[in-house]
Amino acid sequence: MSDTAPALPEAIENWFAARGWTIHPHQHAMLERAGAPCTLLIAPTGGGKTMAGFLPTLAELADGTHDGLHTLYISPLKALAADIKRNLRAPVEEIGLPIRIDDRTGDTPASRKKRQRADPPHILLTTPESLALLTSYEDAARTFKGLRRVVVDEIHALAESKRGDQLMLALARLQTLCPDLRRVGLSATVDDPQAIAGYLARHPDPCDIVLADPGPAPDIRMLETEAAPPWAGGGAAYAIPAVMEQIKAHRTTLIFHNTRAQAEIFFHNLWLANEDALPIGIHHGSLDRVQRERVEAAMVRGELRAIVCTGSLDLGIDWGDVDLVIQIGAPKNVKRLVQRIGRANHRYNAPSKALLVPANRFEVVECRAALEAVRENDLDGAPRGPGPRDVLCQHILIAACAGPFDAGELYAEMTQAGAYAGLTRPEFDACLTFCATGGYALKAYDQWQRLLQRPDGKWQLRDPRAAQRIRMNLGTIQDADLIKVRLMRSRGGKPLGEVEEAFAATLTTGDTFLIGGQTVRYEGLREMTVEVTRNPGKKPKIAVFSGSKFATSTQLSARILAMFKQDSWPALPRHTADWLELQREVSELPRAGRLLIESFPHDSREHICAYGFAGRNAQQTLGLLLTKRMEELGLDPLGFVATDYATLIWGLEEVTDPAPLLDPETLRDGLEGWLAGNAVMKRAFRGAATIAGLIERNTPGARKNGRQATFSSDILYDTLRKYDPDHLLMDITREEALRGLVDFGRIEEMLERTRGRITLRRLERISPLAAPLLLEVGKVPVKGAAEEKLLQQEAAALMRQSGLDQLPQ
Amino acid sequence: MTGYDFPLAGARLTALGSGALWWAEQRLLCVSDLHLGKSERRIRRGGSALPPYETRDTLVRLAELIAILQPDTVVCLGDSFDDDAASRALPDAEKSQLAALTQNRRWIWIAGNHDPAPADLGGEQMAELHLAPLTFRHIADPAAAAEISGHYHPKARVRSTSRPCFLLDQSRLILPAFGTYTGGLRSSDPALTSLMQRDALAILTGAQALPVPMPR
Repeated sequence: MSDTAPALPEAIENWFAARGWTIHPHQHAMLERAGAPCTLLIAPTGGGKTMAGFLPTLAELADGTHDGLHTLYISPLKALAADIKRNLRAPVEEIGLPIRIDDRTGDTPASRKKRQRADPPHILLTTPESLALLTSYEDAARTFKGLRRVVVDEIHALAESKRGDQLMLALARLQTLCPDLRRVGLSATVDDPQAIAGYLARHPDPCDIVLADPGPAPDIRMLETEAAPPWAGGGAAYAIPAVMEQIKAHRTTLIFHNTRAQAEIFFHNLWLANEDALPIGIHHGSLDRVQRERVEAAMVRGELRAIVCTGSLDLGIDWGDVDLVIQIGAPKNVKRLVQRIGRANHRYNAPSKALLVPANRFEVVECRAALEAVRENDLDGAPRGPGPRDVLCQHILIAACAGPFDAGELYAEMTQAGAYAGLTRPEFDACLTFCATGGYALKAYDQWQRLLQRPDGKWQLRDPRAAQRIRMNLGTIQDADLIKVRLMRSRGGKPLGEVEEAFAATLTTGDTFLIGGQTVRYEGLREMTVEVTRNPGKKPKIAVFSGSKFATSTQLSARILAMFKQDSWPALPRHTADWLELQREVSELPRAGRLLIESFPHDSREHICAYGFAGRNAQQTLGLLLTKRMEELGLDPLGFVATDYATLIWGLEEVTDPAPLLDPETLRDGLEGWLAGNAVMKRAFRGAATIAGLIERNTPGARKNGRQATFSSDILYDTLRKYDPDHLLMDITREEALRGLVDFGRIEEMLERTRGRITLRRLERISPLAAPLLLEVGKVPVKGAAEEKLLQQEAAALMRQSGLDQLPQ
Repeated sequence: MTGYDFPLAGARLTALGSGALWWAEQRLLCVSDLHLGKSERRIRRGGSALPPYETRDTLVRLAELIAILQPDTVVCLGDSFDDDAASRALPDAEKSQLAALTQNRRWIWIAGNHDPAPADLGGEQMAELHLAPLTFRHIADPAAAAEISGHYHPKARVRSTSRPCFLLDQSRLILPAFGTYTGGLRSSDPALTSLMQRDALAILTGAQALPVPMPR
């Protein structure tokens, strides 16, 4: 065992040779750097990336002298950990290496988990959450004794999320336990490798970057269909026949969707059109694990001709011989598109083949822009800013679960994580205070702190039982509250998957919806489970899954605006080019340096449409800010709807001067003032408060009888805003508002780009570009004076209808 | 006044938008389920430290109502404290805030299921209050009539807006929770639909108390 480049043991060399495989140059490069403290490998999907990560481990473990854990492999997906276990065990067994490999995820049985802590395997495959949980036990030092290497797979995906931040804090912890720990990151193609390297390495260690041969350029184009895409919506049902033809013409096709609901609908329609009964499966994160595993297994055996999927298949699981990738709906983000395309021709040094299917007319333009960006290898990315402090708070609680800690040492350890390198001691102390006492301006509950400082200066949990509650609530994934769906009657009720609680609340007995590709009938809610029966044939209501709603990236939006400047659009299909020309005739096309606002009457309401091209989330926020301001000005807004490129607002009064609405200072004030009551902001707060440990989603025994026990986190938000507006969590919430759901940063970007240059176009009727917005789902009502008025009207109407208003008073 | 006036067993009552009940004839103000000290109880039991302002906020809102209405009698309809220990642990500032309220008027603590023996903070303690023609108790008795109760924290949904509400039929009125840190039970829950008669009303709280047919 040494820290210099190990030669590959003969047995492993022979195994490769026997298969006629040669070791790729980047795999050699990784072996050569085996002793380096940190290495980042950037390779296209299917480039033998995972093997490159593991070869040094296999080489070091081949002589059988290592005791205990040697290599920790971390992936963002449970399925990926399971897949790697399968793929790694095969060669290890065939070569006869004395190496024990096991995985550990939320799905691992408790008995096996317990065994792993006492007697860990040589290679443990796990997820960021399971790792964080492992570090929270008192015996963590023993579990990780001997650990030499950690391999972080798909680090490009983790680096964009709080899961990655949590992982890097856990690695800092491991580095303290095992000072010689070496780090390896495996990444798909990214725009800024240096940023990922800095994220992975122990700060301020250097990190080598190994770039693998990117392989041939992909063969990617837009799917030609007989029917033109519809004006709005995301279903792409019009493309079903053409997609069916493509499935028939290929061995295995992956069909990616941006949301789970869209995947369900598309799968349903595809199945109806599947006259040849080709084996087609569906896979997304809301489906029951057993169902997902069945599809995965069928995929590995090469039994499926197509699989309809979402981001749950984005990452590098080896699905065998995929020879076509179809992306339904605009990809929103060029980087992700490139990574998805890489899923085709996984094993061959041949170009990946991919088709883009725009779901509506506007997406034709967006797909075109994305194609050009892929051709020019112009990937998008945005710097993420400093590590979020809600994750830091959770990590402090995790550290406390493992045992008493010294604040200075913990601070020093955390600042070794790249994202937290700039964290100041006062910032850290504020987080520690929050964890200990809540950190409120009102000093309350002196005797009931969560963390106590002992006489020796170390911090510990006041009540050891709190550790269980903290562990139950660990993690940074903020799914909407999901409840299980089960079939009634059939032997204990077969689980089908999960739906959002809010969706379940809208169902009444007899309603039908799609899940896992089948139409089911809602029968009732029992013990926090939705009970359904099979109900083929009836037209389903649509399951509303949370899924991620990606916003079109800044780079892609800029490309679309650049395309609008062209005199004509020979590269676009006729129907789309005609549409843009008509828009130019009756109004104008939006430009990068100017904000176009159209104003028109429609359906007896006044409308304005603001083409900000700031992405879905920012356009949504813009809608909230503008309607708030309109409410103040007495323009009686009634509602709005936002897409990636525009916000459409309707109300009672015509807007004749939009400049005061869009004044940057007014908008910023709006953000501050509007912090007061908005649901989007409350959601950001809820996320931060949950991660930081203020809100406990899981408490021992509480989930069963949720009635009255829980109250809305909105109340906590309102209370803090009223009595403690400078509280840490309010500060974190404001920081969150610049990105993510609120995305005020993109509004700032748009204001910077347009610098107060506003064009107001008064039209007699709705414009071609604005029309599709009317068909969009997700309209947001404005809860202002108009809403209160309508609520009163509705209440009066209900009283009249029921005859209750006739009762004696 | 933002209230909704209605008769119950001959008494003329007003459901206020704030979630309190006003009986003008008796100059009686009734609130339910204050759950004072909820955040203290939570952290005492090893949970997280909720913002410790709910007691202050609840008392401030109650004090505002008292200042406007000048009631002769205030009835707290049970679960006034999140538990007995919470009532003992009330910070001094809030104790004196409460003491000031209980002076100069009749103040009645009805026992709840969270606080079976209300603490010694002034006022009278009783299991139920009979004030003809009405009976005030914490949990509704299905067999009773002319009854005012709390306990369930009812809420109702209209036009995708969910709000705490009163539930009213010919026999009884159920009050919403007045405490700041309180959740609600949907009016469509069997516990409530089985208790309330078919023609029951839900009176939504808010800027204006709004009666609607009780959503089931």
